[in-house]
Amino acid sequence: MSPLDLLVAAPLAFMIAALLSGPWGRWWLLAAIPVMAGLTVWLLLLPEGSGHVVGGWTLPLGVQLRADGVAQLMVAATAVCAAIVGLYALHEFAPGADRSETAHGFAFWPLFYLLWGGANAGFLTTDLFNLYIALEMVSLAAVAMAAMGSLRAALRYFVIALVGSLAYLLGVALLFSNYATVDLTLLAEMARPDLATKTALAVMTAGLLIKAAVFPLHGWLPPAHAAAPAPASALLSAIVVKVGFVILLRLWFEAFPAIIAPAGLELLGWLGALAVLYGSVQAIRQDTLKALVAYSTVAQIGYLLLAFPLVATAAGTGGAWAGMTIHATAHMLAKAAMFLAAGLMLKAVNGHHLKDLHGLARAMPLTVAAFGLAAVSLMGLPPSAGFLAKFLLLEAAVEQGAVFAAAVLLVGGLLAAVYLFKPLAWAFAGSDTPVVVAKAPLRTAAPLALALLAVSLGFAGQAMVDITAGSPWAGPPATEAEDVQ
Amino acid sequence: MNEFLPLLLVFLPFVPALISFALPERMAVWRDVINISFALAKLALVGFLLLSVEDGVTTEWRYEFLQGHDFILRTDAFALLFITLSAFLWLIATVYAIAYFGRGPHLARFFGFFNLCVLAATGVAMSGTTITFFLFYELLTLATWPLVVHKGDEKSLRAGRIYLIYTLAGSAAFLAGIVWLKSLVGTIEFTAPPDLSGIPRLELTLIFILCIGGLGVKAALIPFHGWLPEAMAAPAPVSALLHAVAVVKAGAFGIVRMIYDVYGIDTVSELGLGTPLAVLAGATILYGSFRAVMQTDIKKRLAYSTVSQVSYIILGASLIGPFAIIGALVHLVHQGIMKITLFMCAGALDNRMGIKSVADLDGAGRAMPVTMAAFSIGALGMIGVPPTAGFISKWHLGLGGLQSDAPWVIAVLAGSSLLNALYFLPLLYRAWLLPPSAKLASVRELDGAWNRMLILPAAITALATLAAGAFATFPFSPLSWAKLIAESGYLK
Repeated sequence: MSPLDLLVAAPLAFMIAALLSGPWGRWWLLAAIPVMAGLTVWLLLLPEGSGHVVGGWTLPLGVQLRADGVAQLMVAATAVCAAIVGLYALHEFAPGADRSETAHGFAFWPLFYLLWGGANAGFLTTDLFNLYIALEMVSLAAVAMAAMGSLRAALRYFVIALVGSLAYLLGVALLFSNYATVDLTLLAEMARPDLATKTALAVMTAGLLIKAAVFPLHGWLPPAHAAAPAPASALLSAIVVKVGFVILLRLWFEAFPAIIAPAGLELLGWLGALAVLYGSVQAIRQDTLKALVAYSTVAQIGYLLLAFPLVATAAGTGGAWAGMTIHATAHMLAKAAMFLAAGLMLKAVNGHHLKDLHGLARAMPLTVAAFGLAAVSLMGLPPSAGFLAKFLLLEAAVEQGAVFAAAVLLVGGLLAAVYLFKPLAWAFAGSDTPVVVAKAPLRTAAPLALALLAVSLGFAGQAMVDITAGSPWAGPPATEAEDVQ
Repeated sequence: MNEFLPLLLVFLPFVPALISFALPERMAVWRDVINISFALAKLALVGFLLLSVEDGVTTEWRYEFLQGHDFILRTDAFALLFITLSAFLWLIATVYAIAYFGRGPHLARFFGFFNLCVLAATGVAMSGTTITFFLFYELLTLATWPLVVHKGDEKSLRAGRIYLIYTLAGSAAFLAGIVWLKSLVGTIEFTAPPDLSGIPRLELTLIFILCIGGLGVKAALIPFHGWLPEAMAAPAPVSALLHAVAVVKAGAFGIVRMIYDVYGIDTVSELGLGTPLAVLAGATILYGSFRAVMQTDIKKRLAYSTVSQVSYIILGASLIGPFAIIGALVHLVHQGIMKITLFMCAGALDNRMGIKSVADLDGAGRAMPVTMAAFSIGALGMIGVPPTAGFISKWHLGLGGLQSDAPWVIAVLAGSSLLNALYFLPLLYRAWLLPPSAKLASVRELDGAWNRMLILPAAITALATLAAGAFATFPFSPLSWAKLIAESGYLK
C-alpha cells in the first residue's frame, strides 16, 4: 500500500465505522487523527512527484494518484484543519435527546469523513473522471452539512452544485470521446487546440468556478456558509471551495497549458479581481458576523483567480505559483479559525449580529485573540502566511508590470481590514464585561491553534515555497511518475 | 553570542508581553515587577551595545525567510540612537502607566500590547532591509490599535478606526513602493545605498513619493496628519508613547532611512526630491503650530504640537547637509524626551485634578509644583529656549538651512518658535501666576506612593531635557551620538 491510497481510503473506512457506530460514531475521531497525521507525514516525506497507479493497471486504464507540491500542501493543510475542527465538533455534535440517525450528532460524523476523503482524492488524483467523483463526494457532504443550518440555503446550494457537476462531467465526456483518456498527464502530451477540447475546457471551467464560488457564480456560498453550524462552516469555507480550485489549477496549468489563450487567463484574472472587490464590499455591508466571514471567503477566493495570469506569465520563476498555493493554505487555516471563533462568540452571546459582540474582548479574550490573529492573516499583514502569499503575488505582479493586479492586492487588503476590524472594534467596545452564556475553555483552543498556525507559518515561508516548487508548472517538467509501492 | 544580541534585543519585550497577557488581574503586582525588570534589562543591554557600537563594532543577525529575501537585524549607530531613546522611555512610560492606571480592570491586555509596541519599535530601528522594516512597521500598526481603543468609548473607537484607515493605507503605499524598488535593484540593505543609476527618473520619483507618502502618514506630514489629533482619545500613557517613541518616530525614522540609506543623498539631490519634501515639512511645521494655538484642550494642543515638531526631523533630513542632518537626528531624541514629559504631565494633571482644558490650569503650579515645573521645562524646550534640548535642535537645523542655501528655513523656525511660545506661554502664565480657580479645591486625596510614581517619570525626563541641552558636547549625549552617525556614514 502507499500513503496515497490510504489517504483516500482511510477517511472512507472511518466514515463507514462512524455510520455503524451510531451514537458513538464521534469517538472514531480519536483514532482517525493519529492515523491521518501519520499518513500525512508519510506523504510529505515522499519524493517530489511520486505517483502510484491504483489497482495495478497501467495508465490509460488505471487511475493515478500522485503527490506533487500542491497536493502535499493541500492534503497536509486539510488534515490539520479537519483534525482541529473535528476536535472542536466533538462537543457540538454529540448525541443529544434525539437518538434518530438523522440527528446532527450522528449525521455529522460520516459526512465529515466523506468530505475529508473526497478532498484528499480531489487533491491527489490526476484522473479527470476520478476528480469528478471526488468533487461529488465533497459536494454531497457539503450540501448535507449546509442543510444542518438552513434547508433553503442547502437546497439552493444543491441545485447550483448539481449544475456545476453536470457541466464538469460534460467536459470530461467530451475529452474522453476525443482522446480516449482522461488522465491529466496523458492529456498534457496529446492536447490539440481543437474546438471540442476548447469547449470541454470551457464547460469544465464554468462548472469548477461554481464549485469554487468564484464571482459571479458565488451566490450560493454566503447563505449556505453563514447558516451552517460553526464547524460545518469552517470545513465548507476552508476545504470544500479549495477542491474546485485545485482541479481548476490542474486543468489550466497541467493538462492544457499549451492550448490556453492569454485572453482566457486574463478573463479569470478579471473575475478574481472583481471577486476580491465585490466580496469585500459585501462583507463590509453585512451586519451579521457569519455572513461577513462568508463574504470574506468570496473575496479571498478571488485572490486565487487573480493569480492565474500572474502564474502563467511568470512561468518557471515560481514566485506567483508559490504565492497562490500558500494563499490557499493560509486561507484554509485562517478561515477555519475564524468560523470556529465566530461560532464560539455567537454562541456565548446567543446572537448573530456584530453589535452582540459588544465588549466580548474582556469576557472571552482568547477567542477574540484567535479571531484577531486569523484576521491578521486574512488581511495579509505580517507576520503571517497570508502576508507571505500576498507579498509573493505582489512581487510577481510588480515584476510583470501588472499594475492593476498589484492595486487589487493592496486595495483588497485594505478592504479586508475594514470589514475584519468591524467585529474586533465591537469586541473592544465599552468598559463593562458582558456576562456570557457558555464559556468553552477547551474548545477555545481549536480556533486559537488554527490561527496561531496561520500566523506562524509566516516564519516557514521558504519551506512552503520549496514544497510547492514541486508542481509541474513551477519548475522543470515533472519527472516520470515513479512507483512507490 | 554577539550574533544573537540583535535578536535578543528586539524580542526581549515579547516575554513580558506574554506574561502580561497571561497573568490574572489579582497578580498585578507581579506584572508590574516583571514589566519594570524587563525594561531595566533592556536598558542594560542597550548600554552594552552603545559601548561596542561606539568602537565601531556592529552586530547583525540574518535569516533568509524567503529565497532572495533576508530578514536582517543590525545594530548600526542610527538604530542605536532610536533604540536607546525607546529603551529609556519605555522604562519611564511603564512606571508612569502603572501609576496612572493604578489597579484598574483589564490592564493585562494593555501591558501586553504596550510591550508588543515596544518590540515593534525596536524592530523598526534595527531593521536591516526595507522588507524587514515593513514587517515591524506593520506590526507596530497592529499593536497600537488595541491601545488606542483601550477605553472602549465611542470616541476611542472612532479614533481607532481613523488611525487604521490612515496607517494601513499608508503601509499599502509603502509596500507598493518597496516591492517596486526591489524588483528594479534587488534587496536593499541599509548599509550602502544601491546603484540607482540607469533607472528612469520618473520611476524613481514615483517610488520615492509612494514610500515617503506611506511613511509620512505615521510621521503625520500634512495632508496625512488627521489621525494624530483624533488619537488623543487614548489614555495618557498611550499618547505619551505614541507621540514620543512609537508611531510618529517610526515614520520619521523611516523617512531618514529612505533618504540616506535607500536612495542616498546623491540620488535624492540629483532627482531634486529634497527641496519639495523640505517645503512640505516646513508647511507642516507652521500648520501644526498654527492649529495648536487654536486648541483649548491641553492634549489636543500637544497633539498638534507633535504634528509640527516631528516635521523638524523631516525638514533636517531633507535639507541634506551636515548640520541639518545632525539637527534632524538629535531632534529625533530631543522631541521624544520633551514630548513625553509634556504628555505625562498633562496625564497627571487630568488624573489627579481633572484638568483637561487650558482654562482649568489657573494656579495649578501651586497645587502640583513638580508636575508643572516639569511641564514648564518641556514647554520651554519646545519653544527652543537655551539651555534646553530644543535649543540644540533648532540651532543645528537653522545652521543646516543656511548651509544648504535654504535661508527660508530660518523664517520657518522663527515663525514656529513664535507660535510655540504663543501656545505654551499662556499655559505657564496661568499655572504659575494666576490665582487658583475654585475648581482646584476639589483636588483628589492623593495616595503618596502612587502619586510619586506618577510624577517622578516626568521629573526625570524634564531633567533629561535640561541635561541633553546643557551637556550637549559630552560623549554619549544625543548630540555627540548624532555627530557620530553623521560622520560614520551620512556625510560621505
